[in-house]
Amino acid sequence: MGSEIAVEITGLKKSFGSLEVLKGIDARVGRGEVVCVIGPSGSGKSTLLRCVNLLEEPSAGRIVVDGVELTDPDVDIDAARTRIGMVFQGFNLFSHLNVLNNLTVAQRKVLKRDAKQAEGIALRNLARVGLSEKADAMPAQLSGGQQQRVAIARALSMDPDVMLFDEPTSALDPELVGDVLGVMRQLADEGMTMLVVTHEMQFAREVADRVLFMDGGYVVEEGPAEQVIGSPQHERTRSFLARVLNPTHQGPAAG
Amino acid sequence: MAMSKRRRATLSRRAQYVLLIVVALVLAFIADWAELRRSFFDVDTAREMFPSILTVAFKNTLLYTAFGFAIALALGLVLALMKLSSVAPYRWLATIYIEFFRGVPALLVFIAIDTAVPLAFGIAFDTASKAGVALGLAGGAYIAETIRAGIQAVPKGQVEAARSLGMSPFRTTVTVVIPQAFRIVLPPLTNELILLTKDSSLISVVGLTRAEYELTKFGRETLSQNPTLTPILVAGLCYLIITLPLGHLSRHLERRTGGKKVKAPESTEV
Repeated sequence: MGSEIAVEITGLKKSFGSLEVLKGIDARVGRGEVVCVIGPSGSGKSTLLRCVNLLEEPSAGRIVVDGVELTDPDVDIDAARTRIGMVFQGFNLFSHLNVLNNLTVAQRKVLKRDAKQAEGIALRNLARVGLSEKADAMPAQLSGGQQQRVAIARALSMDPDVMLFDEPTSALDPELVGDVLGVMRQLADEGMTMLVVTHEMQFAREVADRVLFMDGGYVVEEGPAEQVIGSPQHERTRSFLARVLNPTHQGPAAG
Repeated sequence: MAMSKRRRATLSRRAQYVLLIVVALVLAFIADWAELRRSFFDVDTAREMFPSILTVAFKNTLLYTAFGFAIALALGLVLALMKLSSVAPYRWLATIYIEFFRGVPALLVFIAIDTAVPLAFGIAFDTASKAGVALGLAGGAYIAETIRAGIQAVPKGQVEAARSLGMSPFRTTVTVVIPQAFRIVLPPLTNELILLTKDSSLISVVGLTRAEYELTKFGRETLSQNPTLTPILVAGLCYLIITLPLGHLSRHLERRTGGKKVKAPESTEV
């Protein structure tokens, strides 16, 4: 675990109307740490992730990223977000811009980098995700896996301190998942701080330093990946993992 | 014995062809071809209209329409953004404007611009400005609704991606939302341009000098000297030179955007 705290979440609650999705979350991610969030659909894990860069406004609680309290009403949220990369389930590449411009537009308009510098950084990050030859392609010409790798490169081009991944492989055909996970594993190896919502248990087990298991708006269990996935303590974690890891052998006495 | 359905359909189709031929033949026999030709297409009258129908009228129709479209587009964009504003009075103002100008005849707007505005504000417009402003005011209401629909059709994920990269709401709107919205609304905007081209004829209700004639006015003036429909026909053909390619373009753009790749599903989890 990193000695310095990159993300600190305290007493986080989030309601949509009368539906309370997050019921009091405390979590932290150390610098250079990879934390995976797992749990059943509707458990609030995507909402948790989206609260970390305030794409969802928390109803209560504190979010601190790199020492900046994002839940402070006076915070410059746009500046704070440039330090937090986000990768979406649906890729969300800007469909009217080619790959290179997807990577340079925010560098130039937000970070005010000049064209040459932005392009250099973009091309370096495209090379990192193995798509240097696609710089001129339009997003619609790429496969889902390629689009997601471009999306990762786009986030990296802002030189973020923390990367958030919201089910990055859930919209992909199975044979394309590996490429994206490979890029993420490489990022983790390079020491990037990552908070990853995922259904890829194998990835969580091998890459995550820690795993949070969420259910019903709470963090039910957390600990080293090997412990939470390998020998879960809570009944709910056990039954979830049994259903995910062995979906064809569902039974009341799962495990 | 009852006929099969297919046989009955074939017979019915043949009967319709026969009917069509009979009607055409009867019309051909009873028509006075010489008179018909003189009424609808008199070569001398048509020849007389050139070249000024092109150098004056056609040019003015294009000019008035282009001017009107530019104003309508700018106004429509502002109204669309107002209609989507989080500030309620902006929404109300935009709604009132749009409902008013969509609900009254464009002809009234032309008359108002010609008569009331100079009286009320002491501003005298030249003809091109009158046409442009009137077309822009009326067309802006329609274009506003088109653009609003286009903005709302931009996937939410595009905005979230832009915001997560640190773009402000304004920067997101300018850099991501509006360019994508315009791609979506290009086919309906082309149709609006066709409507404006035709509505530019309404300027003929105000007093125009010869140099300010557009196609409809030019046609009517020629008609008053030559009692044949030829000038109207020629003017109509000139409109078609503009509107048919635009219509074709609109359908082409529609096919292109209609065939665009469907986006990956957004996260449904809350």
